Amino acid sequence: MALRFEILGRFNRARAARFTLPHFVCQTPLFMPVGTQGTIKGLTTSQLEDIGCQIILGNTYHLALRPTSELIDELGGLHKFMNWPRALLTDSGGFQMVSLLHLADITEKGVTFQSPVDGKPMLLTPEESIQIQNRIGADIIMALDDVVKTTITGPRIEEAMYRTLRWIDRCIAAHKKPHVQNLFGIVQGGLDPVLRDICVKGLVERNLPGYAIGGLAGGEDKDSFWRVVAQCTASLPEDKPRYVMGVGYPLDIVVCSALGADMYDCVYPTRTARFGTALVPEGVLKLKHKAMADDTRPVDLTCECMVCKNYSRAYIHILVTKDAMGSQLLSYHNLFYMMKLSRDLHSSIVEGRFPEFVCSFLQKMFPEGDVPQWVCNAMEVAGIDISSCCTPLPSS
Amino acid sequence: MKFRLKAFSNGGGARAGVLQLGSNCSIETPALLLTTIKGLPAFISPDLLSSLPTPDSRLLQFSPLHFLEGISLKTISEMGGLKHIAGLRQDCIFNAVPRDSIISLPDFQSSNKTGASFDTPSGRRLIRPIDYMEMISSMKPDMWVSLADEVPSWVSEKRNTTSVDRTITWLDDCITSNLASITFGAVFGSIVGGSRIEERRRCAQEVAKRNVSGFYIAGFGLGESIDERPDLLGAVIESIPEEKPRQISGLGLPEEVLQGVAAGIDLFDSTYIYQLTLGGFALTFPLKKFGMHSSDDGPSDIGSDGTKINLKATIYRKDTSPILESCQCYTCQNHTKAYINHLFNVHEMLAQILLEIHNTHHYLGFFRVIRKAIVEGKFEHFRQSYIETRRNSIYATALSA
Ligand SMILES: [Zn+2]
Ligand SMILES: [Zn+2]
Repeated sequence: MALRFEILGRFNRARAARFTLPHFVCQTPLFMPVGTQGTIKGLTTSQLEDIGCQIILGNTYHLALRPTSELIDELGGLHKFMNWPRALLTDSGGFQMVSLLHLADITEKGVTFQSPVDGKPMLLTPEESIQIQNRIGADIIMALDDVVKTTITGPRIEEAMYRTLRWIDRCIAAHKKPHVQNLFGIVQGGLDPVLRDICVKGLVERNLPGYAIGGLAGGEDKDSFWRVVAQCTASLPEDKPRYVMGVGYPLDIVVCSALGADMYDCVYPTRTARFGTALVPEGVLKLKHKAMADDTRPVDLTCECMVCKNYSRAYIHILVTKDAMGSQLLSYHNLFYMMKLSRDLHSSIVEGRFPEFVCSFLQKMFPEGDVPQWVCNAMEVAGIDISSCCTPLPSS
Repeated sequence: MKFRLKAFSNGGGARAGVLQLGSNCSIETPALLLTTIKGLPAFISPDLLSSLPTPDSRLLQFSPLHFLEGISLKTISEMGGLKHIAGLRQDCIFNAVPRDSIISLPDFQSSNKTGASFDTPSGRRLIRPIDYMEMISSMKPDMWVSLADEVPSWVSEKRNTTSVDRTITWLDDCITSNLASITFGAVFGSIVGGSRIEERRRCAQEVAKRNVSGFYIAGFGLGESIDERPDLLGAVIESIPEEKPRQISGLGLPEEVLQGVAAGIDLFDSTYIYQLTLGGFALTFPLKKFGMHSSDDGPSDIGSDGTKINLKATIYRKDTSPILESCQCYTCQNHTKAYINHLFNVHEMLAQILLEIHNTHHYLGFFRVIRKAIVEGKFEHFRQSYIETRRNSIYATALSA
């Protein structure tokens, strides 16, 4: 195990921790921006440090194709290759294949897929995924799991869960660098609490450095989503980090943190920036909208970032979706927003004012008091009283 | 704006000077104006811009025609002008030039006596002097160039003469406009005349009679040959007063810049760096070698033409050295050729960001070396030695090919 996870503060299920990885001492809860190809689109590594990024996610599938894991290894690992001194996490590559390639098929051996280079059938086994991730050299590597859409039901879910458990042993056996890289197991089991429970127990028996909750953020309804998170966080060990994969929106992160999750990743902040959307406390701001053309206010009046300190909405409006600079500046702001959210979650938990933070977050996002029911339900389980920001229905 | 000359090359027309704007902005010339899109270098955000040498990187060109859509002139004006909306430091200097050779291209066939036509992202637009002055008075640049009827070198004699007539009329329209009186920026009178020496001279003499703070030599880089330039530039330069700054657009290659400097040009705006960056090229010609130091920091890479390398080339796949060992730019201090090569392979925007930083840094260094050579009385030697090295390297490349 190459990490330390020290809880600095709690509020009911929520926790704030000092999370020491080989390359960086992080603070949780934390959001990890996705740097698919060894770069976060449009930002330099020094800008990412300025913004406060702690861990960047790299996609194994993409990196294995170009520049190849062998080359990254030969040149000293991904940290050195992209000149990122802080922590890195790589996924297993399986999810990317299943989601990007039509012809991916999962068997007991591994994920078979058609090579995007020459069309030949290829196989990604758990052993191979770990070997590739060992070459890339991230602080955290992910086990190859059998991914199924949460919207699928029936025996396939059960098969995938048991296969994920069988594969974890193959991953552990293949892992050559446990002293410098942390292998996280992934909880599967769809929306079925019984299957999720079996999977959690199975993984916890293996005493892994950390655990991820997988198979979510795939189109399931929000009530099912948070219930799976709540169930898993309740039964995962207290002293290990918990990572909710593919999440997400600021609201989801606040809810999951209240339920006891620690880490998140999503392409959303940078992808939405490229389409001209800014993350703001009120929700989102669409900079492409005509109304922005003569709006002299900053993107987010409360934001301290380089972009909000220097630019008006009007100026960003003429850049977005037309010039590279538009997505550079909005990605910068959006990631700054996510990092600020992570810091606020951490400090409000440590300083014992987490409920106040959650309430003020919800008030800004839902000024009418129309907090979605699933959020109210989740907060009840999390033991956070949000009644002050939910208006009761008018009795007409 | 104040302009002071401080040194002349012995032999030739090269000169070194200082361009002063306000109390805290002074730029040494010959100088490069950074090309911008909507007021910012294409890929360099302001926090990264501050890593480039100061004050060299504080002089920027922009085209008012980039703001034909979206934000209104009224809003730009109310916010305090372009410098404010582009979020740059107040000590930077903005120079407005209608043509930018990237997205605002002169379209001489559609220009008529009322105004100049341009191909822009918002379609073909006819800009009259009054429209232009509205833009200038709202954007409040430190310097601005008068509207010109720019034509390529191959147009008929008649069209060329018309272009001179119109450009002079439009200069008068610009400077006598009511809006000019509330425009504080220094005006540079545009000089056209295509490839006809007499027309170049006539235009320059007419513009020199007007109340302008400097001169903008327009219509270059539009099809004329590099060999006919010295005579054309000579005809212009001898017709305008020595004490005022001279700017040119369209000379970008290092040899072309040296040619312009030798003719007596002080300010250069060109899209060379932008074009190089898009093509994956990094400038690598040695800066120290020429009469300055004996140490040669130049590369001898395969695939190089002696001035630049193409980072898309597969030979850089495993190259863990920076673009230039001796370069102090952010890119060379932090990244390898192998990484930038990868970024180009996977079409990641960071490739252009890193390359534009390096190329801008390097090119500003080239201008610094030029200024030093002029001040030390070695410009002609420097120019000859640069051209010779270049010729030898092309010869060597041809032999090894
Ligand atoms: Zn901001
Ligand atoms: Zn450099």
